[in-house]
Amino acid sequence: MSTDSATHGGVRSAHVSHHFKDATQEYDSGKQGIWLFMVTEILMFGAILVGYGIFHNIYPEMFAEGAKTLDWRMGFINTLVLIFSSFTMAISISFVQKNETKKAAFALATTVLCGAIFMVIKYFEYSHKFHLGLYPGHFLDTAKVGAEHANLGMYFGFYYCMTGLHGIHVLVGMGLIIWLLIRTIRGDFHSQYWLPVEGVGIFWHIVDLIWIFLFPLLYLVG
Amino acid sequence: MAHNNNSDLNVLHPHITPMSTYLKVGGALFGLTFLTVIAHQFNAQLGAFAAPVAFLIALVKAVLVLLYFMHLKDDTNMNRVIFGSGFLFLLVLLFFSVLDIVTRVTEVSPL
Repeated sequence: MSTDSATHGGVRSAHVSHHFKDATQEYDSGKQGIWLFMVTEILMFGAILVGYGIFHNIYPEMFAEGAKTLDWRMGFINTLVLIFSSFTMAISISFVQKNETKKAAFALATTVLCGAIFMVIKYFEYSHKFHLGLYPGHFLDTAKVGAEHANLGMYFGFYYCMTGLHGIHVLVGMGLIIWLLIRTIRGDFHSQYWLPVEGVGIFWHIVDLIWIFLFPLLYLVG
Repeated sequence: MAHNNNSDLNVLHPHITPMSTYLKVGGALFGLTFLTVIAHQFNAQLGAFAAPVAFLIALVKAVLVLLYFMHLKDDTNMNRVIFGSGFLFLLVLLFFSVLDIVTRVTEVSPL
């Protein structure tokens, strides 16, 4: 944030914050911080995945019953939407690096739009499940739903935790990309300063990466 | 990403990934998504292989995203090791959790 652009004889250069030796060190430090953050993301989602794996192993039939209630077409469309948004996020960095600000802003706006489409589809999926009474844990009335397994609520506990936590990440990512969009239009980013775009990009891609695994896990394999 | 071979470390030299690379990777990710859905139609025939096939495709997609979209291909070894360490600790978590479950004495749940 403290790095502002400055113009020296028509060539833009990065204003290096005083606690960094030079622009290269500032860039490398920022990037390393992002990757450390990504490790915490992997561990957070990883813990839920380990839990899912263990309970899936103990109650395979119950998990299969739960997976039958999901429509793979919804997950499929959402996978395509997220992959496309990852693509537009990635090309926005190239545009910023080439000082093509307008194209970068357009790519970022498309990314936010894709995030919104993802959340709308998610909303329809959730409201449909609520309508059927498929709630997590003890909120699920097995008699009302006509569940074959008494602990079906556990499946939906995992389902809502995994997709919900992922959905929160999509919302946070959308907010961050809107922040990038405003700063891009303002002209903060250029060929000598693009670290925030790259950092948010890496975050957005990890959100995509997690969905790449959630899609087969929840919708296809069950 | 920012390589510096000259003396001025205040000038960054961004590694700009060409558009053609992004288009190829994006296309491959779309193709693999279709492939996993096509494989899903043959779940009955695949039997026990259905899950490994789906996760293998997901793994290939994940590697493509990591290398090309997240630029790990052009990143420093330090950042690669940092990210890899996350999976190491995930294996530690998995190992001890599974060890706990499989060594438990089986009891019939009253539920």
